[in-house]
Amino acid sequence: MIDRAIFDQYEPTIGIECHVQLKTRTKLFSGADNNAREAAPNTTVSPLCFGLPGTLPVLNKEAVTLAIRAGIALNAKIAPISSFDRKHYFYPDLPKGYQITQLARPTVGEGAIDVPLKDRTFTVRITRAHIEEDAGKLTHPDSTDYSLVDLNRAGTPLIEIVSEADMHSPEEAKAYAQELYLLMTFADVTEGNLYHGNMRFDVNISVAKKGASEWGTRAEVKNLNSFKSVERAAEYEFRRQVELLEKGERVIQETRGWHDATQKTFSQRSKENAHDYRYFPEPDLPPIEITSDQIAVIAKRTPQLPPTLRAQLGEFGVELQQVHTLLMNDAANQTKHVELILVAGKAFGKEVALFAANFIINRFSALASEQIVDAPTAEQFAEAFALRSQGTLSSNAADNVLIEISGKNTDSVKNVAEQLGLLQENDLGTLEKIADDVLNDPAYAKAIADIRAGEQKILGFLVGQVMKRSQGKANPSLANQVLKQRLDIS
Amino acid sequence: MKTITDYLNSLSSGELQATRLVEQVLQRIEATRDYNCIISVAKERALQRAAAIDEARKTNKPLGRLAGIPFIAKDNFLTFGSKTTAASKMLETFEAPYQATAIERLEAEGAIMIAKANLDAFAHGGSTENSYFGPTKNPLDPSRVPGGSSGGSAAAVALAIVPFALGTDTGGSIRQPASFCGVVGLKPTYGLVSRYGVVAMASSTDTIGAIAHTADDVALVMSIIAGKDECDSTTLPERKPNLTITVATTQQLKIGIIQEYLGEATADDVKVRVRARGDDLKRLGHEVEEVTLPALDLSLAIYYVIVPAEISSNLSRYDGIKYGFRANEAKSLDEMYGLTRDQGFMAENKRRILIGNYVLSSGYYDAYYRKAQTARTILINEFAKMFEKYDVLIGPVVPTTAFGLGEHTDDPLRMYMTDLMTVAPSLAGLPAMSVPSGVGANNLPIGLQLIGPPKGEARLLTLAKQLEEFGNG
Repeated sequence: MIDRAIFDQYEPTIGIECHVQLKTRTKLFSGADNNAREAAPNTTVSPLCFGLPGTLPVLNKEAVTLAIRAGIALNAKIAPISSFDRKHYFYPDLPKGYQITQLARPTVGEGAIDVPLKDRTFTVRITRAHIEEDAGKLTHPDSTDYSLVDLNRAGTPLIEIVSEADMHSPEEAKAYAQELYLLMTFADVTEGNLYHGNMRFDVNISVAKKGASEWGTRAEVKNLNSFKSVERAAEYEFRRQVELLEKGERVIQETRGWHDATQKTFSQRSKENAHDYRYFPEPDLPPIEITSDQIAVIAKRTPQLPPTLRAQLGEFGVELQQVHTLLMNDAANQTKHVELILVAGKAFGKEVALFAANFIINRFSALASEQIVDAPTAEQFAEAFALRSQGTLSSNAADNVLIEISGKNTDSVKNVAEQLGLLQENDLGTLEKIADDVLNDPAYAKAIADIRAGEQKILGFLVGQVMKRSQGKANPSLANQVLKQRLDIS
Repeated sequence: MKTITDYLNSLSSGELQATRLVEQVLQRIEATRDYNCIISVAKERALQRAAAIDEARKTNKPLGRLAGIPFIAKDNFLTFGSKTTAASKMLETFEAPYQATAIERLEAEGAIMIAKANLDAFAHGGSTENSYFGPTKNPLDPSRVPGGSSGGSAAAVALAIVPFALGTDTGGSIRQPASFCGVVGLKPTYGLVSRYGVVAMASSTDTIGAIAHTADDVALVMSIIAGKDECDSTTLPERKPNLTITVATTQQLKIGIIQEYLGEATADDVKVRVRARGDDLKRLGHEVEEVTLPALDLSLAIYYVIVPAEISSNLSRYDGIKYGFRANEAKSLDEMYGLTRDQGFMAENKRRILIGNYVLSSGYYDAYYRKAQTARTILINEFAKMFEKYDVLIGPVVPTTAFGLGEHTDDPLRMYMTDLMTVAPSLAGLPAMSVPSGVGANNLPIGLQLIGPPKGEARLLTLAKQLEEFGNG
């Protein structure tokens, strides 16, 4: 085993390529349905998806719009003229024998994004993002001598976002992957379902001694589909490469896979066996021309993105970790809670925003999936917050009413609370009468005596009895006050 | 030789029925089997369509512009009613699930696709000898080739099986067989006719055109198949390009005879006829001058880099996985690919794939593919400059008349040399025609090549009709 101190002498340098499936209605170059998640194999296909003779690609304009929107989210330059190239290799999931991609002139050029960590923010430069088509899927049924080809996914539009090697720890790699996920989902470019492969990460990593002027030889871990696996694979590779170097061996430039069960990377293909893809310009497609006016229109229609949302939530006092949770939840569930909180804050003030944020993080997000409905409206949050501030609703009752009212955006919080009997009894006279009933009950004589003897903790027990006799409606802090008054303690 | 107009007249007068005409064509196909210009016949579908047209005519329903006219398509057009083989073992049993745009447009006007014509497999060749189904013979001399790759189409028209046939021209594959068979053939401006549904050879030079007996017939067919197609992103924007022949307005044209095409490589009888045609054009009132385009010397070299590159890419899809031929004796995926492609392709296909892979491979790309593209731009610019001064350029289509079967099969380079005069317009995307211009030494036909500026089809067709009416002195 290598000493921790030795690992500390090294630093990893990490770059990430991320494939993002675009949420277009149809495929990149044909009219076939792009939504194949529930479809039987080889049913969302056109003659082009099968690579039939005579078929020609026709570019889906919606895909270009989404790619440009992704470019805007990456603060990247959009090329006025971009074009496609063919990348050749033989594999059963590649029906034409080549993939249509962008090599020389990608639609999205250089950009940069700021990635937040818990205690700081760092910048990752974007090299480019190019548009390309996805391949199909192969399955190898157990104990058979054949493989099955499903071309439903063949031709799904992708963008491949290539970063500079600006990350220097597994934690940074994970944070970058998460930030890309947030940017792409909030920009409404992708469904962003990692489980279904909507975003896939290839992590390039090399190690070198800290302060070294040259990078080490890099290995690439392909096809990671979770943030955790990005982080773990980077960790594993860092250790593996440092151990090799410490043994006096070389790191070889190669493609590696990630085995989730063992949490290890494994060698797939070394550079010596690398393909010659024989790229050349795609003659079936004219170049894409994009004017600055078109970019402006797309920019205008781009939804608010995480950096802006973060700043706004920050102004309302939502903590960084909560902001992160809210953004990740919205992205994962395709909800718009952040927007809701901001609307509530702008209309009803900072406290209502915070109140709504807490409710969503602590209560609403914990709901079981079958219970998920629309969140309460900003108005309902404001009403619940006011009732709670007045003491008409307890904190707990306020949350319960909001859960009850979720998905029913026309109901008033007060009405629902009343129907549920959750409004608190704030009338002093009523509370005093109940308190007296409790104090006069011989069953509590001992408790009263103990309190008088100084065991103030037991007061809570009497408050509980008041609550019980009021069927839970008594305002607990008022009940407390009344009991103290009656017992003449302070 | 009956033209489309002749048949249309007979059909509309009631003297002939579409069904009867289809039957006649089927008989004619049988009678000319020795020429091997047909790969398959779409008998049932043709008879059904003919019956429907006869019925429509009887009941005075609206009829298309080609109602009842039978035609033959080169077997690299995807069609219903018969297989689409591209004359290859690879696609020997392939049945198309959709039809080419050109076929759809002709059918929409009532034309009847009756048979599929022989070609060099995947259109690689200039003699129709590279067909998996055997060579086609020249109708004028069965010991000679009909030219290629649209040899079956040109021979079918020359044999008067049908009044017109569809072909494809990537580097001369319509013009050269039209010249060898003594018929009219037009290769349009790149992008004028949709390539959708045509087995791709070289995407940047593939064009779809017609072969017929007269300029009028070619113009009629082209006016139907031309125009923007949403399925082909490289088609030109006009939905209905104007291809009208305007003989009435005998506008004087400035015509250049290309000197590079009348050098040593060109046979004397061909030179004689081309010069004579130059004189005919003068007598028709046009101005004819000798011109020189130095970049033409590069065109064959450019062509045989760019075209194989695109071929190697376009043929990648024939891998035995999804459709077509698969070698079943393979023990692994790689072996399956290797055996399938080795057995499914002809020697010429494999030669071009190898050349294409070579010029695109890393380390050679700059020296070959990129350099060829640079030279291609020079060629395009040279043509553009020439068309600032001249309306039409003329020259031979092929340096010789039809050569003998087997004469060039062992010598690919000599075979490639026959493309010398047809590849340049292809690389530049220009429209070009072969117009019958008399016969040479062995009484074999010689075609005059007319080359126009982009979208200059109407001008070429007009000139072709003038020459037709003038006759071959």
